[in-house]
Amino acid sequence: MARVVVDVMLKPEILDPQGQAVANALPRLGVNDVASVRIGRRVEIDFAGDADLERAREIADKLLANPVIEDYEIRVVEAA
Amino acid sequence: MNLESMTVDTVKNAESTPEELQPYLELGLKDDEYQRIRQILGRRPTQSELAMYSIMWSEHCSYKSSKVHLRQFGEKAPPSDRMLAGMGENAGVIQINEKIAVTFKVESHNHPSFVEPYQGAATGVGGIVRDILAMGARPILVMDSLRFGAADHPDTQRVLPGVVAGVGGYGNCLGLPNVGGEVFFDECYQGNPLVNALSLGVLPVDGLQRKEADGPGNIVVLMGAKTGRDGIGGVSVLASATFDDESQQRRPSVQVGDPFTEKLLIESCLELYASKLIVGVQDLGGAGLTCALTETAASAGTGMDIQLEKVHLREASMEPHEILASESQERMLFIVEPAKLDAVLGIAQLWGVIATPIGTVTDTGRVRITFHGETVVDVPPGSLADDGPVYARPLREPADLILLQADRAETLPRPHHDFQLKDTLLKLAASPNLSDRSWVTEQYDRYVLGNTVLAQPEDSGIVRLDEETGLGVALSLDCNSRFARLDPYEGAKLALAEAYRNVAVTGAEPVAVTDCLNFGSPEDPAVMWQFAEAVRGIADGCQELGIPVTGGNVSFYNQTGAVAIHPTPVVGVLGVLENTAQRIPMGFGHTGDVLVLLGETGLELSGSEWAWVAHRHLGGRPPKVDFAREQAIAGFMQKAAETGLVGSAHDLSDGGLGQALVESVLRKGMGATVTLPVDIEPFVSLFSESAGRVLITVPVGHRQAFEQLLAEHELPATILGQVDDEGADLTVIGHGEAGRFTVSQAELREAFSGTLPRLFGSGEPGAAPAPAVETVTVVETVTVVETPAGVEVTETVLVEAEAPVALLAEGEPAGQPGEVAHADDEGRRTES
Amino acid sequence: MSKIGVVTFPGSLDDGDAARAARISGAEVVRLWHADPDLHGVDAVVLPGGFSYGDYLRCGAIARFAPVMETIADAARGGMPVMGICNGFQILCEAHLLPGALTRNQHLHFRNRDQWLRMENSSTAWTNHFTEGQEILVPVKNGEGCYVADRRTLDELEANGQIVARYIRGNPNGSTRDIAAIRNEAGNVLGIMPHPEHAVEALTGPSLDGLGFFSSVLKHLADAKAAA
Repeated sequence: MARVVVDVMLKPEILDPQGQAVANALPRLGVNDVASVRIGRRVEIDFAGDADLERAREIADKLLANPVIEDYEIRVVEAA
Repeated sequence: MNLESMTVDTVKNAESTPEELQPYLELGLKDDEYQRIRQILGRRPTQSELAMYSIMWSEHCSYKSSKVHLRQFGEKAPPSDRMLAGMGENAGVIQINEKIAVTFKVESHNHPSFVEPYQGAATGVGGIVRDILAMGARPILVMDSLRFGAADHPDTQRVLPGVVAGVGGYGNCLGLPNVGGEVFFDECYQGNPLVNALSLGVLPVDGLQRKEADGPGNIVVLMGAKTGRDGIGGVSVLASATFDDESQQRRPSVQVGDPFTEKLLIESCLELYASKLIVGVQDLGGAGLTCALTETAASAGTGMDIQLEKVHLREASMEPHEILASESQERMLFIVEPAKLDAVLGIAQLWGVIATPIGTVTDTGRVRITFHGETVVDVPPGSLADDGPVYARPLREPADLILLQADRAETLPRPHHDFQLKDTLLKLAASPNLSDRSWVTEQYDRYVLGNTVLAQPEDSGIVRLDEETGLGVALSLDCNSRFARLDPYEGAKLALAEAYRNVAVTGAEPVAVTDCLNFGSPEDPAVMWQFAEAVRGIADGCQELGIPVTGGNVSFYNQTGAVAIHPTPVVGVLGVLENTAQRIPMGFGHTGDVLVLLGETGLELSGSEWAWVAHRHLGGRPPKVDFAREQAIAGFMQKAAETGLVGSAHDLSDGGLGQALVESVLRKGMGATVTLPVDIEPFVSLFSESAGRVLITVPVGHRQAFEQLLAEHELPATILGQVDDEGADLTVIGHGEAGRFTVSQAELREAFSGTLPRLFGSGEPGAAPAPAVETVTVVETVTVVETPAGVEVTETVLVEAEAPVALLAEGEPAGQPGEVAHADDEGRRTES
Repeated sequence: MSKIGVVTFPGSLDDGDAARAARISGAEVVRLWHADPDLHGVDAVVLPGGFSYGDYLRCGAIARFAPVMETIADAARGGMPVMGICNGFQILCEAHLLPGALTRNQHLHFRNRDQWLRMENSSTAWTNHFTEGQEILVPVKNGEGCYVADRRTLDELEANGQIVARYIRGNPNGSTRDIAAIRNEAGNVLGIMPHPEHAVEALTGPSLDGLGFFSSVLKHLADAKAAA
């Protein structure tokens, strides 16, 4: 099996209220040197055969990310 | 799958190794209980069997400490021709008319909600909904009764938002309106929050489903989510043991809910019922497959042969005892005739739900379970489901009770002057227990299904069942655990009286009761005494009111160390309203309507919200209960609803008349002028918590007819004043030092509505206390990634310009948050 | 009688309510199933609220690929009136029948309250019964109702009169420019975050203002038939 990881993140310009909530909580933990936190989604795709980056990109384009608000990055990793 | 790596303990193995030591004590079984298992089986149990017995004989599943007391509900129950199913079923069933019946029940999910608030509460809702579904009904509403530690305690900041989001997240996603409930804070719940969820469903009178696994040769089908390692041991260990630091380590065994799968399961089940495709059905709850298999076989007196490897697993390496103990959510078990199997599997496929035949019904009287051909379980199902241990545990009145009862709140100094009364009114309205619940209830969908007639903050939730006739049901869940602490017998009766009254004031006829009994450890004789007294109180009260307890739930071991929670018998009352269009709402509606107080006010301040807020005092005896008065009120309100004589009605409970006035004014923004009776001390009029009282408004034109109806029902009543214009003040006229005082609606609203947002975040965009980043700098962006295992901070540290756009929300200097700058024509967005 | 189709996805929740509202308004209601591409001769379609396929990825992301949606998208491009309510609005955005996207409420909570809206455009198939500037009261209930789009799109929406309703007296989810509802350029496709189908009966809703959307489309269809 070959694994492709797709990281989907809100575009930098889009407000990320979840990330902001985490950032706001950090001072309560005594962490004061973080300026910004953004939260995204990691999707692991296991191919039955070889990793197919093109196919993964197609999946990401059509389904995993909404290009209106999200960017994504794709990479092949060693499957566990 | 690598079977060789798994050492499965088979029946054969158990027979040949009788001396092998088994961890029954760790599983919560006592020495004599273990010996009894050996006796029943004639050998040592296999690992799987031991797991099954430990689960089924736990307090949670066997009711071993409570059974002897709960019998009173049946023994004292008044005869009811409405009850189609009662105690012992998944939920009680009440006939509404010749065609329609409803089933309803309240259940606890306390300990899981402390460990993981969101999932604990969410799966609590999911579980009670499946109980309702298993009776053959379509679930149509949920309610939640929540109790937390002190409102300002840091752990309440963790638990409450998670629980509320979990109740909302699951119920909203299922499309079930949440129509009411309670939120209460007290230090006694600090380490033991209570999450009690109620659901109600509707079914055709002839559509009641049975759980019996009848008919040898019939197929046993498991439907729904795959089985995983959720809540392994959760029932016997998580849900029945007192908390300690170890609960931190048990976190991975918390169940995770999937409301979408539950929605598919509901639709599939209802289609199976409607097509009459199944013989029996049971939901998989706390004790998972173990309970479902043994209960269905035991209740039919049959047996089963199960091939456990056919169960769809989330993790292939699960061992038989794990599969049997798994608390994975969103699963149901069906008994199906072989000829109908294909049709059943077809319906599951239509809705995209997994359905798997896992075995057959037999006439052997034994549940035999094999795993890849090896027999791992061979037990008589009744020994697990019905013949568990029963204990008559020792009872002893708590040693401190006499002193506690002698310390009466009626002797505390209480204010007399008008400005003090006004101050008390506002302070109480702003107290965490009496303040506006919108912060919580706005997270719940109350509109979905389009039949919600009344929802929180009204006294009852009212839901229409029939669009043609307007027929509907009213429901209320109540308990004042401070009263129960002072006197569990009277406190339980007061909880019943309040829920009954909350239903009655809408004009509905109260017809049935469910309860969720939350207590400390039954091994503590003082707790057991409180439990026995509370059960006796509810049973006696129901006998007097003439309505039956149809089912419920007991939750023990709600304690941290030696300290138990207040006894908390939450009571739910179901009412029927022939025409929901005649329901009586709580808010003042029309200028000039006459304000009337039904019932009598006594000097009853012990256990009151005032005693707690003003003096941090809990002592004395709770208010008296008069069920005849409650019945008179119910009779009067039903007639008043039918004839339209009463414009609004609001039950008086926590915070007394003062709080009822605040809520009735703010509901629709109508002012009021109130003259307190001259023969009662003004403070007592305003803040006593005497039971059996209702604040109503009567349109001026109906006054004569109203007085006649009042006389017919022999109800004492006091005219208090009148409703004023929209936006007008609340004016209270006392006597003597009390003089008079006026509170504007703005003052009332600020006091009443500000508390929960202040404690748990205002929820308004831009209002969060965000660290101010005013200019754009080049900063490190920590990338946080959500993975199936949780949120994980990766090592990726990007350096990039980050515009904290959300912080622009208020100023909006250059467009609003959410507007996306064009990177191509504006470059990196830098304005801020 | 005009036929209004109401689509049911496996996780649709307000589909029965949308059907009830259409029925009360005098339409013949046809229930459409997500897996069936046939529109069964309906004249207009409502995509109701709910969680179409669980919405674990993004609201509406998977519903967009449902067989029924491909037919609806073609019909919408051909001028058939389509209204997406709440989750339906999210699906229309994901399907690019409407611009922009709906993201998590800024305060991160699901929020259900009775919400005032100001109607900004009455030139659509679904809003011709309203007057511009009219204030209406309907329930809002969503977790991901915060409308976002790039500034050029927003400016275009403003310039073309495509913003159909805005939140007034408080913005319940942080939606950009207080946007509660938008339309496509042609005016036959409407996406609305609040729930008009829950304001159609005095007994169960905060007002009867929601009926206007359904009576609008019936008038629109009748006019179209008369013209044909």
